[in-house]
Amino acid sequence: MNQPTDEKWILKLYIAGMTPTARRALANLQAICEEHLANSYSLEIIDLVESPTLEDGEQIFAVPTLVRKLPPPLRKIIGDFSDKEKVLVGLDVKPGSHS
Amino acid sequence: MAPLKNKSQPPCFPKTPTGIAGLDEITEGGLPKGRTTLIYGEPGCGKTVLGMEFLVRGAENFAEAGLFISFEEEEQSLIDNLNCYGSDLKALIGKRLLKVTQIDLAAAEIIEAGSFSLDGLIAHIEHDIKTMHIKRLVIDSLDAIFSVLTRKDILRREFSRLLRWLKSNGITTIITGERGTDSLTKYGFEAYASDCVILLDHRICEQISKRRLRIVKYRGSSHGKDEYPCLINSQGFSVLPITSLKLDFAAESNWVSSGIEDLNRLCGGNGYYRGSSILLSGKAGTGKSSLACAFACAAGLRGEKCIYFSLEESEQQLTRNMRSVGIELTELLEQGSVKIQAFRPNYRGLEEHLFEITAAIEAFQPSCVVIDPITNFITVGSNDEVKSMLTRIIDHLKSRGITMLFTALTPGSGRPDETETQVSSMVDTWIALDLKLVGNSRHREIYVVKSRGMEHSHEICELVMSENGFSLRSLTQEQIA
Repeated sequence: MNQPTDEKWILKLYIAGMTPTARRALANLQAICEEHLANSYSLEIIDLVESPTLEDGEQIFAVPTLVRKLPPPLRKIIGDFSDKEKVLVGLDVKPGSHS
Repeated sequence: MAPLKNKSQPPCFPKTPTGIAGLDEITEGGLPKGRTTLIYGEPGCGKTVLGMEFLVRGAENFAEAGLFISFEEEEQSLIDNLNCYGSDLKALIGKRLLKVTQIDLAAAEIIEAGSFSLDGLIAHIEHDIKTMHIKRLVIDSLDAIFSVLTRKDILRREFSRLLRWLKSNGITTIITGERGTDSLTKYGFEAYASDCVILLDHRICEQISKRRLRIVKYRGSSHGKDEYPCLINSQGFSVLPITSLKLDFAAESNWVSSGIEDLNRLCGGNGYYRGSSILLSGKAGTGKSSLACAFACAAGLRGEKCIYFSLEESEQQLTRNMRSVGIELTELLEQGSVKIQAFRPNYRGLEEHLFEITAAIEAFQPSCVVIDPITNFITVGSNDEVKSMLTRIIDHLKSRGITMLFTALTPGSGRPDETETQVSSMVDTWIALDLKLVGNSRHREIYVVKSRGMEHSHEICELVMSENGFSLRSLTQEQIA
């Protein structure tokens, strides 16, 4: 995984087992992050099959769910991230600003 | 409430008893075990309470752990709201027989970016199956998720997958949904929960709240088809005693005294049949309450128990007034063989009265019941409703072999009114009382209008009441003329 120098985006990805959808979501997400948030994000992956608690407060029911802890406000992006535009809107990255 | 004797065929598949009074009777044993039941209705119809009651009863009565997943109310407010219905949810949670999980869909903005699954929810449920051995699950409500997420196609696919998964794990599930305009439910959930569908309804008629429950569908099982009154009160959710579909009550051939020797003779020798229903009708002042008290008192003196629902007089009034006709209730009341429950009918709806009456009967376990007068219920319901309520009471008591006596007030005109006519067709014995003017004095008359299966007299007698008690006299020539 990347080694962030300046963590502006703190992201948590919730999956339930490393299913094909989870793999696809992770690949899509990493591509988007590398392209738009390079060196300014951290990504933690939580597998609900291994740690299935709602007690962490994120209340995940659909997977994959990406929780944007920072920057505020708290936001949840649900899906396999195949809709790149929606992901960028969810992350508050203006498309094209980094290219 | 003791379950009614189940006279139907045994269910062809296992059922999970809800433990909710009345509901297990009309579903003939409970909800389909290991399958999903859909409960739907308007907001405020009691879906959440019914769902929670299912889990609480499961934990308390059957030691089955349950999980409540709420997409709507916060855990704490859910617990607070339901604690007022008499269940100590916190204690059950402490014993790990109940878990309430809240998924707050409004806590964060949700953006959809591609295909997803509900495996997150499944992972949580699976965890609780493994650690708490949950057997019962409530998901409240599906509408909440469907209103937040836009990809209905994915949600539908995922929900049917979730329900199949629950079935394969043998979890008896209730899902709740809101009533729709085109389909049963707003988002067509009935398509998934095809095993059992229950409709709840809450309406206000003439300022009185009425709740109804109907089983819309129960695959592979017979069930009650009517709309059943139900109630949410401090005891939680209950469905009211149902009208028996069959008339197959045991016919007793034992007698129970009317409390008056002469009246026993008039009825055919020994009084009323045990477990039958008796109506005493008459105008004001004809002696209905006195005869009803004589019946109650006789039960007490025999060493039986009688509960007397008094809708006009207080216990003190009744006790005092009965002394004037030689009936001494005080001792019987102190012994606990006679109980007087006095209330005004118009402080509540009919359903609540029905519930209170049956609950009081269950608690007291009497062999005789008096309601004096039933005509007072007209103030809180229409004729049909009162009739329906009485049918329920009569069925309920008959199935328990309890003898019941009702009084009915006839209007001054002396002509029986509609209620009386309707009620009289439901009872086994009908005794009429009347006041007649002879010369410058009035005397009471009594006669048996009908008495099923009894060789009763057709004579009209004079009823004489004094501090020495009651007696019946043949009418004199002057009185007949």
